[in-house]
Amino acid sequence: MPTVFIPAPLQSLTGGRSVVEAEGATVREVIASLDRAWPGLRDRIVEGGRLRPNISVAVDGVVSPLGLIEKVPPGAEVHFVAAIRGGAESPGGRSLRGPTCPAAFAR
Amino acid sequence: MESKVRVRTTINGEPAEFLCEPRQSLLEVLRDVLSLTGTKEGCNDGNCGACTVLMDGRIVTSCLVLGVEAEGAVIETVEGMARGSELHPLQQAFLENAALQCGICTPGFLVAAKALLDREPRPSEHRIRWWLANNLCRCTGYDKIIRAVEQAAELMAAKEDR
Amino acid sequence: MAANYTVIGTRPVRHDGADKVTGRALYGADLQLAGTLHGAILRSPHAHARILKIDTSKAERLPGVRAVVTAADLPQTPDRIVDLGEGDTPLSFIRGNVLASGKVLYRGHAVAGVAASSVHIAEEACRLIEVDYEPLACVLTAPEAMKEGAPILHESLRTKEFGEERPGATNVAEHFRHVLGDVEAGFREADVILDREFTTSTVHQGYIEPHNVTALWNNDGRVLIWCSTQGAFTVRDTTACVLDLPVSQVKVTPMEIGGGFGGKIPVYMEPVAALLSKKTGRPVKMVMPRKDVFEGTGPTPGCFMRVRIGARRDGRLTAAQAYLAFEAGAYPGAMVAPAAMTVFAAYDIPNVTIDGFDVVVNKPSTAAYRAPGATNAAFATETVMDEIAEQLHLDPLELRLANAAREGTRRADGPKYGRIGCVEVIEAMKNHPHYSAPLGGPHRGRGVAIGFWFNAGLPSSCTLSVNADGTVNLVEGSTDIGGTRTSISMQAAEVLGIRAEDVHPTVADTDSVGFTAVTGGSRVTFATGIAAYEAAQDVVRQMRERAAKLWETDPSEVEVSGGVYRAAGRSATFAELAAKLGETGGPVVGRGAVNPPAVGGSFSGCIADVEVDPETGKTTVLRFTSVQDAGKAIHPAYVEGQMQGGSVQGIGWALNEEYYMSRDGVMLNSSFLDYRMPTALDLPMIDTCIVEVPNPGHPFGVRGVGEANIVPPPAALANAIYRAVGVRMRRLPMSPPALMEAIWAKQG
Repeated sequence: MPTVFIPAPLQSLTGGRSVVEAEGATVREVIASLDRAWPGLRDRIVEGGRLRPNISVAVDGVVSPLGLIEKVPPGAEVHFVAAIRGGAESPGGRSLRGPTCPAAFAR
Repeated sequence: MESKVRVRTTINGEPAEFLCEPRQSLLEVLRDVLSLTGTKEGCNDGNCGACTVLMDGRIVTSCLVLGVEAEGAVIETVEGMARGSELHPLQQAFLENAALQCGICTPGFLVAAKALLDREPRPSEHRIRWWLANNLCRCTGYDKIIRAVEQAAELMAAKEDR
Repeated sequence: MAANYTVIGTRPVRHDGADKVTGRALYGADLQLAGTLHGAILRSPHAHARILKIDTSKAERLPGVRAVVTAADLPQTPDRIVDLGEGDTPLSFIRGNVLASGKVLYRGHAVAGVAASSVHIAEEACRLIEVDYEPLACVLTAPEAMKEGAPILHESLRTKEFGEERPGATNVAEHFRHVLGDVEAGFREADVILDREFTTSTVHQGYIEPHNVTALWNNDGRVLIWCSTQGAFTVRDTTACVLDLPVSQVKVTPMEIGGGFGGKIPVYMEPVAALLSKKTGRPVKMVMPRKDVFEGTGPTPGCFMRVRIGARRDGRLTAAQAYLAFEAGAYPGAMVAPAAMTVFAAYDIPNVTIDGFDVVVNKPSTAAYRAPGATNAAFATETVMDEIAEQLHLDPLELRLANAAREGTRRADGPKYGRIGCVEVIEAMKNHPHYSAPLGGPHRGRGVAIGFWFNAGLPSSCTLSVNADGTVNLVEGSTDIGGTRTSISMQAAEVLGIRAEDVHPTVADTDSVGFTAVTGGSRVTFATGIAAYEAAQDVVRQMRERAAKLWETDPSEVEVSGGVYRAAGRSATFAELAAKLGETGGPVVGRGAVNPPAVGGSFSGCIADVEVDPETGKTTVLRFTSVQDAGKAIHPAYVEGQMQGGSVQGIGWALNEEYYMSRDGVMLNSSFLDYRMPTALDLPMIDTCIVEVPNPGHPFGVRGVGEANIVPPPAALANAIYRAVGVRMRRLPMSPPALMEAIWAKQG
């Protein structure tokens, strides 16, 4: 069973827990199992069927470019970290997405 | 549009003639009128040395020289440093010592360093640094540039000694 | 991984060398297309103002002017969120920084563009554009912008916190928080606790080549762009997005680039030049004046930081806390997330809390600058560590060694480290002759510091074609800022068993090579190297098949070693086989397209000796040594060059560079005269020590080295200055006036 580390801002949803056990063989399945145990968690991490663009997932310390479809071996550690740019960019395939939060940002 | 002035000069040993507006700098003339784009623009106000050329043997920042001032002068740019297909010892030394990373400051450094080595056979490290203080480099930290100039100086002085 | 390489570790002359020392290499501003018009940009004189009206009529009537554009000429499509490499961003923010709409948010904000028959006429025309502004109050630092009642830059901005938005208008775009263990419990265990505040100023990457672009909106509807950029694909995707075009309608040809350091990743003039070209039907060329480079591009954030560290008497750190408020400039995106993740990354501390804030202010919209955020953070942490060492009477390197992060150490942001070289770097510093060399004389001191950078992976593509003479053509998409086309070629050459000189690299345009992410993030020798490695393996596989065909055996019987193919008692070199490609099936083309996970961060440390003149506050750097874990140095001279260059940028950042702003948000030193970067006369030689702790994520063990070396110098210099004149500097830059104030304050 993979171990998931809950980022500090989301610990209010897990009753203050910083580390929880989850089920699943992919990141998507792991998040689904977390959301069953702690409803509302998924919406903070996932939007429009993919990881929110400012968030990356690291499996056993390795930041994965595959996001939700990355495989999670049994017993692995899963972290959600801020997506680091550092003078670099994200894959071009994600560059144009449909309208999200249009009310918040539309002029 | 201001009417153009006709200027006759010598560039890299060859007679050259061009038309330019009085407000155009020598840097602009070299690059935009004569297509000698080896000399670079970094700041256009004399503070980075990327536009360094020799004018009557003296180092000048060509962004602060007017094109019309080249009348009757002898201009030397980076394009004139190699002898046919043979690189100048400074050019060769810069390559062997990895004294360039992005290379934008390199033409200015080469011309300025050539002016030094044409005058002084074996300058000290401090003398080289002083002489090149108006050539800014943001990539290398200057270390390998100084070493390249020292190596070229040694090579050129040894040839002279023989 | 072979221990003995033939090509890797050697120092061949770079492939673009002859062009770059003769002035033949074509940088963006060198391009001269027939019929080119010249452009200029009108910029806002105000740091914060509403745009009431723009009247371009006088400008349009000036003889020689062919077109004028403003934000009204940009596609007026509804706003949406896009991700173009700087995170989740509203398209209106990206368009707004290209040409201001509604408001100007910083002095230098682009308001209009002009194309004319000469750059002089274009500049004159800009002066004839009449803009009615309603100036607004401006805010220039993060703490000011975070106060109740501060002028608000974006009415719609809300603070994001891990997927949730806090209600209320604000200048805080995002809040990051990392928690490990229990920091208050940790402080209770400490025998000494230090709590210090720091401020750093806005600094610029300082690349010598200004931004440039030539754009042609062709008659077939395609937009052709030539520019100096760190990422041709970024320019393509961003320009297409801003102009509401499919990406395939934009083609970007990267020219040679004169420095970037992160500052040539964002797009500035490209869409404006494209629009001017559309209006005129001619190519339009724009080269940014140096003043505009300072006032209108992306410097790195100034910030306010508070760091609190607790330690036991034996030197073990028990707790650490950081508060980081970074200035994003006019639009969100300050690199505070990486600062939050690197601030304590060099140490194994069981209890940590870090809060990071991305705050908009009326300054140019910041961009990345070489390990963005990490240098600011290390300035704080590494000077506090120095104070702790002093209070506990411990050697500064021993203190760091006792707490150094190792494989398995958990970072505050969560993941555990894999194989890293922090300990090895500190030990190399300890053992370096510089560390024990005598340093006599008044007002002299020695300081040390260490730092870390993640390094990026990201996508890269490469193709290799075999020539009949046994050489190969290598096509890749990483613009070459520092010699990487050679380090990539060397990796391909090593696999193929040929010389580096026998690889002919080309950095190609966006039509000619597969998607490749930016040159930045210390990723090129690593990730594009892996792409070249895979392309070369693909070529070897195909060459084995050709040998098998030639010798009428099975490919599995063909052995390859050192570029020689052997089977069934026959053998041939790579070149000999290459000569026979035509008769064995035709061309051999290998490919690699990769997106490697970013494993393998790099640690760096430095030792600095200074002499301070107590009457002028001038600091002279007497001796400087940079140590860095490169994993495996492909071309040691260029690794050394990265270490030296980053160190000197760090020295400039530490001792003099800053945006000196008036209270109205005007930069008063926007020239190389007064934005004073180090010259050759300001510096000694920069000694380097390359440590190699191989990166398991790369076939040759490469760790990117471009960035980590800029992280420790400001702290090391602060620590050296303390030992020289007894003042602890907590402000950057530690320029002569700042140092004199501190010295006078100490004298009372």
